[in-house]
Amino acid sequence: MDHLQYKVVVGLEIHVQLCTKSKMFCSCAVEFGQPPNSRVCPVCLGMPGVLPVMNKQALEYAVLVGLALNCEIAAFTKWDRKSYYYPDLPKNYQISQYDLPLSAGGFIEIPLESGKSKTIRIIRAHLEEDAGKNLHTAGNFSQVDLNRAGTPLLEIVTEPDMNTAAEVRALAVELQRMVRYLGVSEADMQKGHMRFEPNVNLIIAKDGIEYRTPIVEIKNLNSFRALEKSIDYEVSRQIDEFFETGKTLETGTKSTRGWDDVKEVTVLQREKEDAPDYRYFPDPDLVPVQLSKEWLEEIKSRLCELPIHKQLRFVNEYGLNDYDAGVLTADRSTAEYFEQVVAQGGDAKRACNIITQDLLKLANEKGCTVVGLRIPANHIAQLCKMVVMGVASATAATTITTIMSGSPDKPPEVIARERNLIQKSDVGELEAVVDQVLAENPKAVEDVTSGGKKSSKACGFLLGQVMQKTKGQANPKVVSEILAKKLE
Amino acid sequence: MEHLTALELRKTISAGQISCVEAAEEIFQQIDRLDPIIGAYISTYPHQALKNAADIDRRIASGQPVGPLAGIPVAIKDNMCTTFGATTCASKILENFYAPYNATVVEKLLAADAVIVGKANMDEFAMGSSTENSALKTTVNPWDTTRVPGGSSGGPAAAVAAGLCYAALGSDTGGSIRLPAGFCSVVGLKPTYGRVSRYGLVAYGSSLDQIGPITRTVADSALMLNVIAGHDPADSTSIDENVAPLCDYLEKLDEPIEKLRIAIVPHFNAGADRQVQNALYEAIELYKKLGAQVIEVDMPYLDYAIAAYYVIATAEASSNLARYDGVHYGYRSDRARDYIEVYSKSRAEGFGKEVKRRIMLGTYALSSGYYDAYYLKALKVRNLIRGDFARVFQECDCIMMPVSPTTAFKMGEKIDDPLTMYLSDIYTIAANLAGIPAISVPCGFDQNDLPIGVQILTPAFTEDRLLRIARMFEAQTDWHAKKPPIAK
Ligand SMILES: [Zn+2]
Repeated sequence: MDHLQYKVVVGLEIHVQLCTKSKMFCSCAVEFGQPPNSRVCPVCLGMPGVLPVMNKQALEYAVLVGLALNCEIAAFTKWDRKSYYYPDLPKNYQISQYDLPLSAGGFIEIPLESGKSKTIRIIRAHLEEDAGKNLHTAGNFSQVDLNRAGTPLLEIVTEPDMNTAAEVRALAVELQRMVRYLGVSEADMQKGHMRFEPNVNLIIAKDGIEYRTPIVEIKNLNSFRALEKSIDYEVSRQIDEFFETGKTLETGTKSTRGWDDVKEVTVLQREKEDAPDYRYFPDPDLVPVQLSKEWLEEIKSRLCELPIHKQLRFVNEYGLNDYDAGVLTADRSTAEYFEQVVAQGGDAKRACNIITQDLLKLANEKGCTVVGLRIPANHIAQLCKMVVMGVASATAATTITTIMSGSPDKPPEVIARERNLIQKSDVGELEAVVDQVLAENPKAVEDVTSGGKKSSKACGFLLGQVMQKTKGQANPKVVSEILAKKLE
Repeated sequence: MEHLTALELRKTISAGQISCVEAAEEIFQQIDRLDPIIGAYISTYPHQALKNAADIDRRIASGQPVGPLAGIPVAIKDNMCTTFGATTCASKILENFYAPYNATVVEKLLAADAVIVGKANMDEFAMGSSTENSALKTTVNPWDTTRVPGGSSGGPAAAVAAGLCYAALGSDTGGSIRLPAGFCSVVGLKPTYGRVSRYGLVAYGSSLDQIGPITRTVADSALMLNVIAGHDPADSTSIDENVAPLCDYLEKLDEPIEKLRIAIVPHFNAGADRQVQNALYEAIELYKKLGAQVIEVDMPYLDYAIAAYYVIATAEASSNLARYDGVHYGYRSDRARDYIEVYSKSRAEGFGKEVKRRIMLGTYALSSGYYDAYYLKALKVRNLIRGDFARVFQECDCIMMPVSPTTAFKMGEKIDDPLTMYLSDIYTIAANLAGIPAISVPCGFDQNDLPIGVQILTPAFTEDRLLRIARMFEAQTDWHAKKPPIAK
């Protein structure tokens, strides 16, 4: 049998919770982890007689994302009711956008591992309200927590332009980075701020003919891992199913599957025949939104450089490698901090090393961001200069940053002096020590000068002796040079 | 005292000839005497009303300012949310629903120092033209207790007619204020859509619903409108006062409109009973004597108003009433075995026949495959009707037509024939579809001594002119001063 030829086709629906102060259509606070039903009012409880009032901030956040996704922003957009019965949906309809979404027809660039990028088309991005949560912890009864009900959600739908699970993950990660950059969502996966629903099918080549497998929608994934794993699982499941049943897009039915996080399998939930009729119609309680040119311009002015562009610029402008640039730009404030350090005279590569290796580790330990360490950027720039000039070794730099994280106001030179971390690079001073070591170790000197197997080991020994005599403060580079010259 | 108008009572109170407590006590005596026969109220609040009246008396005595409705006993239809008593919508499903908030109009009444005496009966969820669809109570017409008071605001109209309050608030989705006002010989005003906040009005057809006064005179309606009109930030569909400024509707009320141009639609009016038509044309003759010019116009799309209304109103209702599911509040069946049955059984047991009929009609109209043929088509008809009105209002100041094709019919006469019942609203529905204001004014009696009303319609946000036109007629006639024999 020939090697199986197939192509994976994935489109993605992403729900992003926007970090507005209040809910989409009422003034209740959007807060996570509060006692059940403590962030509710008659409006988000869907009491008789209540009316929704649109949250302007949510609309502006959604427009901002639409712009970042290169979408066309609708000058006229409206609200629709999507009807379905579920206990976590108090009105039994969700206010959403149906045929006139606020943005459509855009694209997003996602970074690939090879350092290249790929463009994924965006079909639309629209606003809607979130539902509450059903809790099944009370024995025979279910309970409903409506704190989340009415929270603004942005639903983004892509074209099926992704061909590997890794690409899907890259898009999800890029989107997370983007909405965080824009300051419109915390995009905290643990808090359910981002949820994914991929549509997956395959194009299988068999006997010179291309077959498309039926499309499967995987519901409600809330981690990057689940997203990637579920697609991988679906690919192998669909291959098996195709060879078992021969069902294709044309002969089979679209279905919805859930992800079992424990067993790591997808489970059938619903076939398309019994798909619900949502009976969309325009919500008569809300007026359509007219987005004036001035308003749109005002929102546009809040756009920032997008992470993928920043990453690319860091590679080109600062000569960083793609990986380091990616680490630096994962968080907007860290990327900006890096640029401040460079602007204050810090060498870009040194600054990158100190931030990505020392500061990020310290920040993780403290559970804060790099900026959250509160070390002034000019101190890090100073430290970069000390390393470049040989005043501080890389090891010393690590020690100094650790101390800085405890006393952020202390300049690095002061710390270096206090802790005797200043490296000795004075040639005259070091020559004297080298001469002394050479005099004390004639055997080693002979091993070096005679050449042969023992030469390099003896050389290392002599260097070690010098370092010992200077209590580790000699600049090893300078010492090596002196040794080499004297033992020629 | 019970035969005074609200404005007259206000004068009597401020002249110190009667206290607010005395006025309220008289009303409760009248309620005790007559309401067992009339059945206008679902609930009354004598304790609270007398306490509020006493408080207003104290403020008057100490020279403190009081509101424009100080001490006036008023009734509200039981579909407006109040923090006191239940808000039942005359439905079993909300029989024990206690709202946690006051409707905006209730807040406004209280701020104006009105004394709310009770919550009045209605067709269940305001669906009906006779108040026979109330699941909780039977209201009869004070002019003939074997006949219906009209609907859906039958309770408020009967209460005003029988002297069980001085003024009332009703709601009008397709004629629910004007029709019972006509049947009971009182004044009923449906303001322009957006003039009065709907916040706290339990929704039936959200794009059509509007709260308005039911009173003994045109001046009392102006007084009530002064209190309840205005933009409400909690209702996005309420009009910005910069766009449609408010005015004091009492100020120029007695100034007749000079060279009034009245439009009539002869072919449309021809559908009404002979006696109803006669009363209408007699009223128009009177206007002619006052200098008005009558212009016969053609409004071809009025014939489709009922059909369009029963699609749009029921479509919105099917969605608005989805929330009554037994999960969060309201009636819950105790026979449900799972959550689907909580929905189906609670709704099957909690809703009445007409409500279920309209929910099904509306659900059908919004279903995929039928949406374009029904809902969308109805919206197009609605636009054509708006166009009809716009065209006529270019050359006329107002349109006059009957309120209903017949006078009050017998209890039970039409209840099993929904289509005939729906035709009762043939003259009132168009104003709701077009969103324009309309008023019903007493204009005579038929040979059975049953009241007849004339309906006047004017362009959107011209309630000031509408009231002045109505007042011109009222000032020349004494139909409004007649009392039903039972109330004497
Ligand atoms: Zn709320």
